Amino acid sequence: MASALLIGIPERVRKIGRNAWPGYPLGTEIVSALIVKSLYKVFGNGVETAVQRLSKGVARDEALKGLRATAAVIDANFEVKRGEIFVVMGLSGSGKSTLLRMLNGLVTPSHGTVEVDGTDLTKLRPAALRKLRREKISMVFQHFALLPHRSVLENAGYALEVAGRPREERHEQARNALRMVGLEGWEQKLPQELSGGMRQRVGLARALAAETDILLMDEAFSALDPLIRRELQDQLMDLQAELGKTIVFITHDLNEAMRLGHRIAVMRDGRIVQIGTAEEILTDPSNDYVAQFVADVDRTRILTASSVMERPLSVIDVGSGPRVAARTLRETQTSAVYVTGRNKRFLGTITDDVITRAVREGRQNLDGIVSAEDAQTVSADTPVAELFSPCAESPHPVAVVDAAGRLAGVIPRITLLSALGSIGTDIPNGTTKPTDEPADEALLVPVTTANGEVTAAEGDSGTGPDVAGKVPAQAGDTRIREGEQA
Amino acid sequence: MSAADTPLNDLLPRLEIGHGFEIAVDWARANLRPVFRGIANLVESLVEPLADLLTAPPAIVMVLIFAGLGWWLRSWKFGLGTAIGLGVVAGMPFWDETMNTLAAVLVASALALLFAVPLGIFIAENRRASAVARPMLDMMQTMPAFVYLIPAISFFGIGVVPGVLATVVFSMPPGVRLTELGLRQVDREVVEAGEAFGASPRMILLRTKLPLALPTIMSGVNQVIMLALSMVVIAGMVGAGGLGEVIMTALDRIQVGTGFEGGIAVVMLAVVLDRLTDSIGARSAAAKAQRAMQEA
Repeated sequence: MASALLIGIPERVRKIGRNAWPGYPLGTEIVSALIVKSLYKVFGNGVETAVQRLSKGVARDEALKGLRATAAVIDANFEVKRGEIFVVMGLSGSGKSTLLRMLNGLVTPSHGTVEVDGTDLTKLRPAALRKLRREKISMVFQHFALLPHRSVLENAGYALEVAGRPREERHEQARNALRMVGLEGWEQKLPQELSGGMRQRVGLARALAAETDILLMDEAFSALDPLIRRELQDQLMDLQAELGKTIVFITHDLNEAMRLGHRIAVMRDGRIVQIGTAEEILTDPSNDYVAQFVADVDRTRILTASSVMERPLSVIDVGSGPRVAARTLRETQTSAVYVTGRNKRFLGTITDDVITRAVREGRQNLDGIVSAEDAQTVSADTPVAELFSPCAESPHPVAVVDAAGRLAGVIPRITLLSALGSIGTDIPNGTTKPTDEPADEALLVPVTTANGEVTAAEGDSGTGPDVAGKVPAQAGDTRIREGEQA
Repeated sequence: MSAADTPLNDLLPRLEIGHGFEIAVDWARANLRPVFRGIANLVESLVEPLADLLTAPPAIVMVLIFAGLGWWLRSWKFGLGTAIGLGVVAGMPFWDETMNTLAAVLVASALALLFAVPLGIFIAENRRASAVARPMLDMMQTMPAFVYLIPAISFFGIGVVPGVLATVVFSMPPGVRLTELGLRQVDREVVEAGEAFGASPRMILLRTKLPLALPTIMSGVNQVIMLALSMVVIAGMVGAGGLGEVIMTALDRIQVGTGFEGGIAVVMLAVVLDRLTDSIGARSAAAKAQRAMQEA
């Protein structure tokens, strides 16, 4: 219910769902790249006893009583689909790194199975396990783990060197991988001569050059400063979309998890407490721990333009004339019309003064007066955090266009501000409400009046043409707000 | 009242450690003679040709060769310093003894490292072995150097062989320790990266761990050589010849001047060997990488 502002997420998730598996046409069955079944890791003595007790659901501290053991991972069960970015999120000590290292056998599980492409790697002998790692799984490390005495090129080609490929071939492939991560021209440098972000790009290139389907990333961006981290996240998402790798990504940063993950597993004290999409975890946390964890997530990065935009009121077809435009302006009490062409493609805006002049001059059509620069345009999946500058710069509500270039909605400045106001206070608390028109709800600002009643403040600033109060779906929403406040 | 008079002392039995050791040495002497003979032959066949080689050219030629080596490995300044230092030694009347000492040091160091480095690798990989080896290394290093000479004479008689072998035992510990330390210091994540990409333990050792540990291992080599040099002089007591004998003779006869000259020759040799081995370590790729890291 209070999650009205989060409704934008399904849009994003749906979009990812469409594009997530490039190599696989829609409708094909997607096989799991990784299947993890009742996986445990207990360090120390009394491993068997500990696993037995834990598997009966005994709490961790209780189960380990009297044993000199620590349980890092308890009963992990999940599948990672091909081409999916699966994020495992948890605080330090939650067992996420151990879990990741069991996926390629760097840590031997105490119990359970890990299937990679149908092979249970817990059953493999060391040599077979090494072969599997060479062919199927590569890894990116938190502190890059590059060989300091080898050049960038040699580092990038390390996996191929291990696999015993000839020098020419591995240099060729390493060069390609370095080009993919944008490090062309740095081949002959030593890792120490590079910045942190660039070093991690080498780490990424090394994993890409290995040409494995699965990529394990252990807090790969955590050691980088925020701007570089973002840049690398973007690059990773691009590469993933392009190459369709299956990625298991470990992080303690919820924002990173939400940004990258198609699905997210939240870990606590060795157990996976919830697996779901970013939206599912935000709107329907499985317990207080998850709820608290997601409470301080920067929603402006998760929510997109499509979740806060409003229905554009003053829209006219490009085929109509200045008089129609003038009438629309009058009716909607706005200062600009949004012009769409065939298939609702967004063409641009015409401001009131231009229309008035056109009418006075007796023009019959809109040719030559539609301005594409006047109003700022953003795409529907732009995060809210990135809407501020377009909104500030645009004299009119920002136009939101979808992937096909159609006008999906508009965002008046007041709407953005209102949305921001409620983002800060909105913490989902369980029940969710199916909403047909999420966008409309976004513009509501709960205002407590003097007598304690809660009403919806209308986004009516006098400058914004799209007046919130005109959207019909509002009454019901107001009621819901009241319920929440009470 | 002296401690021996305390009645409580009777509670402690006299432990026959020394006697036990004697028995072991006697048994070895009686039963392992061919082994000792073989070892002695090996050491002699290493030291003598090397000593002959080093003493064959005139002193001035050797000085120039060392100076050139110093220039090549380090800098022209160091080359010049080497020329001056060894020139001073050549100006004293025991150049041949100096070269004999050098031959013994080089052979002893090489043998010590032949054992030390593999042992260091082994105990770096194996915690239990490390726990056993550490106290033994402590013992080897703190045992007074002269003590090694006694069983050595008993096995090999008087001469260069017991001197060299006692030196091997005495100088080995830092080689083992620093090899272990160097390998353990290699970034865990880098090793893990090797494993994650499917490298075999052997490949990780040879291509990741050893190159990265090389600067530390080289400082171990350096220390082994320095210890060997100090021991070889002591070995002069058992007739190992070289500068040790010069100094021992000077000690016997209270020849202050000769003793001092012998000491100066040892110091010069030490400085040259120390700087030369140090620069070999500094030239490795890993050391260069380390320097680059410090600059960055």
